[in-house]
Amino acid sequence: MSAADTPINPMNPAVPGAGATVAQEWRSRFAHTNYINAHYGIKSWLLTKDHKRIALLYLASVTVFFALGGAYAVAIRMELLTPAGDFVQAHTYNKLFTQHGVIMIFFFLIPSIPAVLGNFLVPLMIGAKDLAFPRLNLLSWYIYLVGALFTVWALLNGGIDTGWTFYVPYSTSFSNTYVVAAGLGIFITGFSSILTGLNFIVTIHTMRAPGMTWFRLPLFIWSHYAASLIMVLGTPVIAITVLLVALERLAHIGIFDPRLGGDPVLFQHMFWFYSHPAVYIMVLPSMGVVSEIVATFSRKNIFGYSFVAFSSLAIAVFGFLVWGHHLFTSSQSVYAGMIFSFVSFAVAIPSAVKVFNWTATLYKGSISYDTPMLYALGFIGLFTVGGLTGLFLAALGMDVHLTDTYFIVAHFHYIMVGGALMGYLGGLHYWWPKITGRMYPEGWGRFSALIIFVGFNLTFFPQFLAGYMGMPRRYHAYAEEFQVLNVMSTAGASILGFGLLIPGIYFLWSMRYGKFAPPNPWPATGLEWRTLSPPPTENFASTPIVTWEAYEFRPMEEMEVIGAGPGDTSRPVQPAHGMHSDLTGS
Amino acid sequence: MSAADIHLTDAEQHASTALQHHFDNMEQQREAGTLGMWVFLITEIMFFGGLFTAYVLYRTLNAPSFAAASSGLNVKMGAVNTVVLICSSLTMALAVYYAQTGVRRMQLILLLVTWVLGATFLVVKTFEYAEKFEKGHVPWLNFTWNTPEAPEAMPAGANVPAIRMFYWIYFVMTGLHAFHMIIGLGMLGFLIYFAWRGRYTPEYHAPVELGGLYWHFVDIVWIFLFPLLYLLGANLHH
Repeated sequence: MSAADTPINPMNPAVPGAGATVAQEWRSRFAHTNYINAHYGIKSWLLTKDHKRIALLYLASVTVFFALGGAYAVAIRMELLTPAGDFVQAHTYNKLFTQHGVIMIFFFLIPSIPAVLGNFLVPLMIGAKDLAFPRLNLLSWYIYLVGALFTVWALLNGGIDTGWTFYVPYSTSFSNTYVVAAGLGIFITGFSSILTGLNFIVTIHTMRAPGMTWFRLPLFIWSHYAASLIMVLGTPVIAITVLLVALERLAHIGIFDPRLGGDPVLFQHMFWFYSHPAVYIMVLPSMGVVSEIVATFSRKNIFGYSFVAFSSLAIAVFGFLVWGHHLFTSSQSVYAGMIFSFVSFAVAIPSAVKVFNWTATLYKGSISYDTPMLYALGFIGLFTVGGLTGLFLAALGMDVHLTDTYFIVAHFHYIMVGGALMGYLGGLHYWWPKITGRMYPEGWGRFSALIIFVGFNLTFFPQFLAGYMGMPRRYHAYAEEFQVLNVMSTAGASILGFGLLIPGIYFLWSMRYGKFAPPNPWPATGLEWRTLSPPPTENFASTPIVTWEAYEFRPMEEMEVIGAGPGDTSRPVQPAHGMHSDLTGS
Repeated sequence: MSAADIHLTDAEQHASTALQHHFDNMEQQREAGTLGMWVFLITEIMFFGGLFTAYVLYRTLNAPSFAAASSGLNVKMGAVNTVVLICSSLTMALAVYYAQTGVRRMQLILLLVTWVLGATFLVVKTFEYAEKFEKGHVPWLNFTWNTPEAPEAMPAGANVPAIRMFYWIYFVMTGLHAFHMIIGLGMLGFLIYFAWRGRYTPEYHAPVELGGLYWHFVDIVWIFLFPLLYLLGANLHH
């Protein structure tokens, strides 16, 4: 054992000597063997069955796709800076927004929270050693990668221009782009999503630690359970739909083609049967993240735990019954439209339950405005805006006016970026100390959270106005009267993009230079905080036995690391920065 | 799952090398596997569900055409295949029973019989597809219907595009089903190999049970496909 291999106190790390390899350095910097330094080498990552390592594989891949999708957004906003179509041609523009949508939705938003944070945290939070099917978990990452590469291949070879919605008959009969290749990419990636959902459902059912009853589960788990139900029930339908589109395009089976007796509206039904619930795949996990963060940073038990838990399930169930609100202006019967409109209003109820309960949790809480909390508060505000504007669109008459305008674009970006992305970033900051064993720089974190919030609103709020005034979506040129709003939007996008770069930089920086994280830096109540940071491969030194309720704040002495050996007691469980060590609450 | 029923003795826990490291005991592992298979089968139902939806929609819109098209299918072959699959489900269920009770010989024989029955189904299916090709009923390759040389059922209200669409739905659905059968045969091969090696005991036979669940599912899909596709036009004459 060389000098650099000698374990040293993580609270006081010595600088490793010159010439130490990266591997030796990682080992030397942590006093304990953890999932990161347990094995070395590229093979130990690519063939790992450890859910925590697979989460990091996903983290790396979704970050790449987020950057790629972001690059398309940059090009879109560049074009829309001026009314004339001068930056790119109409056909190129069609490809830009299509590819932005396809990549962001299928390769970033859907896997983001479940496959990264969920993968990492579901076993930790329920006190299990791993997900129920570790091999399937790794397989799901490879499937994701194959699907993603398939789609990237399609993009590099000329791209697709159908819109991420692949509406027939344009996608089947007229578009002269790589629809089948991109569709197969989505088909394949869908199976990775199915496997992740299946793994979560089985894990949550069968692998809970002794004493971890359903109503002691963190709300993060409830929301992932609900999202998994959607992944498992919805994704196969998009798979068969995409398969039929491919068959229609290649072999003209006629199923969506009116000339051959088919009905294009059937495609819209089948597409939205998945794609509307898919919005809840994106936002439900985010809501779970927000529940964790709000409880931790207001030092309070979540108000109305069981209501928040069941509202997740209610959203998942109602979410399957509202797809027809995307078809109000198609040939759908007006009676069906009325029912879909009604159910769409109904789905607002469980969403509102969550918002009100988070707000009630904040009430008289001991609130601290750390970075994750800033993102969570941002989520609550932006999701509310996105949700309420969704009600405009669920109203039959209003929808006719707003369909295919920028109002829709603004609405779903408030849900997907303001909701899902804010939750993802908040969660990434919140669990970063657990994932890497390092603290990110708090000052920069808060700064960038504010920048992102401002940039986001400046980007998308003007789009509500432009859309309400009648600016259609998916055109590369627009009437001059919309220019002011579009310039605001492009300026906002620049700020947003800048804001998003900052975490990218300091997260990388913190992996090497960040302060070492104690097991429970915030301090929070979940089981994941009762093991070392980063956790050992087996997650806990001994199987936790849960005797407390969810979000039960207790004195720090009672919340030490589970199964900590005598060697670990020297390490105090310290709050990261200036928090009260007395956690008995208000 | 209560805390009580997962606490087996250490000896029990480590009795079998089949226990994967992240499970506490065999019971938990078996439960996880079974639930996982059920959830997977639910995804399969949703997958086929999209096609059934399309079938129901177009059948409702084109009832006479679908009946006419259905009369072109070979009900005898379909019926034989139905019987073959139901028998294979029985032998599969018995194989699971003998795995549970630890009768290795019977388990092996029944798995083999199941495999043979499954293969028989696919052979009959192949003949059926060939017959469709000879009659010119394969869309994309050689679709014709009711030509002067080969008169076929054409009741009032029927039209050739809808008949062609029926054949598409027929080929996509039975093709997907056959694909699942092929996967099932591969899975049975795996089970037969390990049963022959004596891997499955009354304590550890979860793969046989899970394989059984899958096999029954594929069988049930056919039980729905047969009447929907074959019997619809059985009263029409060619």
